[in-house]
Amino acid sequence: MSSRLAVDIGGTFTDVVLETGTKSHAIKVLTTPDAPERAVLEGVRSILAEAKCRPQDVSLVVHGTTLATNALIERKGARTALITTEGFRDSVEMAWEHRFEQYDIYMERPQPLVSRDLRFGIPERVASDGTVLLALDEAAVRRVAAQLKAEKIEAVAVCFLHSFTNEAHERRAGAILAEELPGVAVSLSCEVCPEIREYERTSTTIANAYVLPRMEGYLGQLETDLRAEGIAAPLLLMMSSGGITTVDTARRYPVRLVESGPAGGAILARAVAAENDARKAVAFDMGGTTAKLTLLDDLDLQRSRQFEVARAYRFVQGSGLPVRIPVIELVEIGAGGGSIARLDTLGRIQVGPDSAGSVPGPACYGRGGTEPTVTDADTALGRLDPTRFAGGAIPLHRDKAEAALQSLAGPLGTDAQGAAAGVAEIVDETMASAARVHAVENGKDTADRTLIAFGGAAPLHAARLARKLGMKRVIVPVGAGVGSAFGFLRASIAYEVVRTRHVRLDMFDAKMLNELFAAMRAEAEAVVRPAAPGETLVESRQAFMRYRGQGHEIAVPLPNQPFSADAAGDLRRRFEATYEQVFGRAIPKLEVEALTWTLSIGTDRPLPSPAKPVTKRAAPTPTSHRDVFDPASGLLERAALHERRLLESGMAFDGPALIVEDGTTTVVPNGFIAHINEVGQIVLEDRA
Amino acid sequence: MSTTAPSAPRSPINDIRLQVMWNRLLSVVEEQARALVRTAFSTSAREAGDISAGVFDLEGRMLAQAVTGTPGHVNSMARSVIHFIREFPVETMKPGDAYVTNDPWKGTGHLYDIVVTSPAFHNGKLVALFSCTTHVVDIGGLGQSPDGRQVFHEGLFLPLLPLMREGVIDESVMRIVRANVREPVQVEGDIHALIGCNGIGEKRLSDMMAEHGIDSLDELGAHIIDKSRAGMIAAIAKLPRGTWKGHMRIDGYDAPIDLHAAVTIHADHISVDYAGTSGSSIYGINSPMCYTEAYTAFGIKCVVAPTIPNNAGTLDSILVTAPENTIVNALYPAAVNARSTIGHMLPDVCFDALHQVIPGQVPAEGTSNLWNLKLGAGHGMTGTIGNSRPFMVTTFHSGGAGARPTLDGLSATPFPSGVRNVPVEITETIAPVVVWKKEYRQDSGGAGAQRGGLGQVMEVEHREGAPFGIFATFERVRYPARGRDGGKPGANGRLSLASGQELKAKGFQTIPAGERLVVEMPGGGGYGAPAERDPAAVKRDVRLGLVSKEAAKASYGVEGD
Repeated sequence: MSSRLAVDIGGTFTDVVLETGTKSHAIKVLTTPDAPERAVLEGVRSILAEAKCRPQDVSLVVHGTTLATNALIERKGARTALITTEGFRDSVEMAWEHRFEQYDIYMERPQPLVSRDLRFGIPERVASDGTVLLALDEAAVRRVAAQLKAEKIEAVAVCFLHSFTNEAHERRAGAILAEELPGVAVSLSCEVCPEIREYERTSTTIANAYVLPRMEGYLGQLETDLRAEGIAAPLLLMMSSGGITTVDTARRYPVRLVESGPAGGAILARAVAAENDARKAVAFDMGGTTAKLTLLDDLDLQRSRQFEVARAYRFVQGSGLPVRIPVIELVEIGAGGGSIARLDTLGRIQVGPDSAGSVPGPACYGRGGTEPTVTDADTALGRLDPTRFAGGAIPLHRDKAEAALQSLAGPLGTDAQGAAAGVAEIVDETMASAARVHAVENGKDTADRTLIAFGGAAPLHAARLARKLGMKRVIVPVGAGVGSAFGFLRASIAYEVVRTRHVRLDMFDAKMLNELFAAMRAEAEAVVRPAAPGETLVESRQAFMRYRGQGHEIAVPLPNQPFSADAAGDLRRRFEATYEQVFGRAIPKLEVEALTWTLSIGTDRPLPSPAKPVTKRAAPTPTSHRDVFDPASGLLERAALHERRLLESGMAFDGPALIVEDGTTTVVPNGFIAHINEVGQIVLEDRA
Repeated sequence: MSTTAPSAPRSPINDIRLQVMWNRLLSVVEEQARALVRTAFSTSAREAGDISAGVFDLEGRMLAQAVTGTPGHVNSMARSVIHFIREFPVETMKPGDAYVTNDPWKGTGHLYDIVVTSPAFHNGKLVALFSCTTHVVDIGGLGQSPDGRQVFHEGLFLPLLPLMREGVIDESVMRIVRANVREPVQVEGDIHALIGCNGIGEKRLSDMMAEHGIDSLDELGAHIIDKSRAGMIAAIAKLPRGTWKGHMRIDGYDAPIDLHAAVTIHADHISVDYAGTSGSSIYGINSPMCYTEAYTAFGIKCVVAPTIPNNAGTLDSILVTAPENTIVNALYPAAVNARSTIGHMLPDVCFDALHQVIPGQVPAEGTSNLWNLKLGAGHGMTGTIGNSRPFMVTTFHSGGAGARPTLDGLSATPFPSGVRNVPVEITETIAPVVVWKKEYRQDSGGAGAQRGGLGQVMEVEHREGAPFGIFATFERVRYPARGRDGGKPGANGRLSLASGQELKAKGFQTIPAGERLVVEMPGGGGYGAPAERDPAAVKRDVRLGLVSKEAAKASYGVEGD
């Protein structure tokens, strides 16, 4: 029987999941940063042995990795140069010319990945409408190439002004570089990110070039090693968009692989939402250092083309490197189990974004940590069983947690438990605020959604977070600890192509757009088809539109068919409907224009059907009881303890209760009722 | 002073609840601000973030403000709400109402800034006011020029007016606006954006109040103001008491201007008085008191209490005074369009005094004034209808900032303003101009143990070879940004034509057909003696081309590689 394998390389652990029919196996091995393929092979061998599966029976390998992200964060990419329009080599360093933190006179902007001495200007110029104002100086390109050779450059990014409108100069420069510098990776902005705004486009192209040589080497090695193991199945890569693609595409556009882990989590959440018929949901992934929140509407994920890697300053917007690639829209904040709590100058509790990490870890680990963390607060509140954390691998010391919390309790005039309640409330509120702001930016609301919680820390905080966001239902899926890898196996083979073409609706040109979309379709199909021979491909089109004169566009869904000559009216109606939904009221009379067009195609991965309703029945007698402090009520409550593995479909009980499993603990507060659904997921419902 | 005593002693849990609601209120105004940026039309709002947004109690006290690009709106917008509720008593307000003004003295300092204030209802009861501001692309008059002699020259003046009544926009106001500006579509669009973002704020506030089961903001407001005020007092109490004087001379329009500030640290507040400062100008570089107050408070707060959120409790901790008819307290009907010429300089003047109080904690002087390229063309300005395709565009750009006590100054970065730039590709898409160069300006950062930030050079040409105009409002062309503690001044700025002719730093001028405009932006001042700079840092600067070999030797005595 054929089996499907998923591998997710994270900073600490490499997760491997094998699914055969309805059966699944999961395993975690330590990541081997110097040669990541080693951990992958170790995990693959172990899981095949455990599942008694032969390598040749593996029919598909889907892989996601933080390697590209980490290379960008840790600045361990290739020695990279930039070739740009003469006079503009500093644009990527000037960035937005702004201070993202108003009041901090010591603020520093992130340094670009390419330093000034490796950024070269070439005489050439294209105008905003694509007209060539100054021809490309080919001799200058060759001179720079000679310099790059002398500098032992491994990768080159080429980004000329307005190249998204006229690619000729970039393509010619790329061809010359390929001639002069064989073996050096060249990334062109017109291919990597053909979109207006020179800073973001350059930053994205540089990021692609910067990670390309290493990712290319790693992916080649992994492919070879898997073959040597006897796994002949195609290797596909998870992208930040939530789609999967071939190794070839991943090698050319490795920047599209950043944040593939969280994308996998979001894909899992989508399947879970389908199983629970949750038309509106929020995926909530909370691990050791960060929390990530993603909105799902009608079982579809929020998507975006804007993302910032390596936010260096309290996750503040603008403090990272912008990359414009298709991503699953998620908000990431520095709030995880290891996040450190302290008091600010006004005596207010602040949590994160810095984390105690795994060394020394939270105070309760007893490994030398002294600063109070979210996990210490959860321990002091009585939510965690000290003998069961991480499957019992890390014994927790409640006394050390309480001692650490004293540093907050004293100034707040409360005790360790009061301080713990404060830390839990603030971290939950921080996440709730981030979710709300994120929702409004997308014209959405958080109320009445279903919260899907995974990652070690999420089930501890999910119910409280749900209440803050006006959500009535929380789902904790099976295998929440390796959610991303499970998600990989549910992703579709997909690719998105983006083009900038400025079109005023009063000067609508159906022919030009139909040709554009045909070319986009061909490009996307060339990527997707080899990985999905014979499969039906589903297409979706969007236009990014605005009132003429505005600076920001909204994504407007388009019909999947060629435009008729008089489609402008329909486009305007679609735009106005979307605008009203996002911002409340449309503006009469104004002209409408579209700037960017996207087309994505993917294989049709049917979502699971909704689980059948279960008849609720009594749960077994709790294994024991424990006093748990509830920050919402401010009361110490006697909570029933349940082992998750002993709970079966239909079993139901009221909070306060705790559901314990190896990877996490689910907190069921007073006022919530918990039950197990048909597919083994924990469902919490707010009775208020 | 405007705080009320808390009604009852609170337990820590109760305090935590109030903190949670406070955080939430801050996220409500962030949402309000983001909605404005996302829907705005002018580049100043949509690209540069030159906007503000806040929520106020029914007495007009600001409870929370979004952190946006514009310190100049910090107090001024807060004060404007008081003017609105004096004109339109809160008991007369109905759901769906909105009020507007661009009165420089009751709004945020010049006619280009439109302020919209509207009531927020929860369960049918008026609970708060939302206010917001943005800088529109045109307001008629002379354009974005400092050449006006009276506010009447500067464009359309909207006194405090009702703009929307129970959801119905006053079409007469809109018609007057459309008839008076060069870009009617964009300006009207921005007014819609202002109304819309207050609506988003109202909705989110109501959601928050429902969730927390409160029906008024009284207790929360008192908590925010008390806590913030107590925080300010605690921060101020750490400083020595006394009065210190700061001074800075700047270019001015037709004659140099002396800015004098006396900063006095009291037990529980700081006062800043500008007595001795030059008189108001006959040109449009005057600052109304509301704008002076805003930038002064911002500069002081950056140093004294950077992490305390802005609200009525913090605003009342810094008292700003200035004699009438000085350039920092210009009275109606003085021309004020380029009031940022003065406003942006005020933190530097205060830092000159604060450096004496707390040495080693304030940066050197920077370019401070934004070097925005305000370009345009049109009949009668740059030619006649036949040869001058009309356009108006503002692109935001900056020279170098001052070196910090322990760090180099930021290059091509604004301070005190916090706006973003406008991408060249955007500027070229909306206006018939070509930018041929936009690069760091070598050797412009003031030498010092910490080097001043570099300015940048930009070269601009008309796409079709036609003449175009620049509304110049540039500073630091004659008097540079001074260094601190032995640091050297940054390079002066310069405005010229590529053919060599120097242009004036202030006033509207025409770039002749086929000519290129060259804008060399100033650098920031250095901090500490250049001889104390790490030679490795000097060599790095030479390798990166930020400092020339010659300057490395002359200023630092270091031989470059």
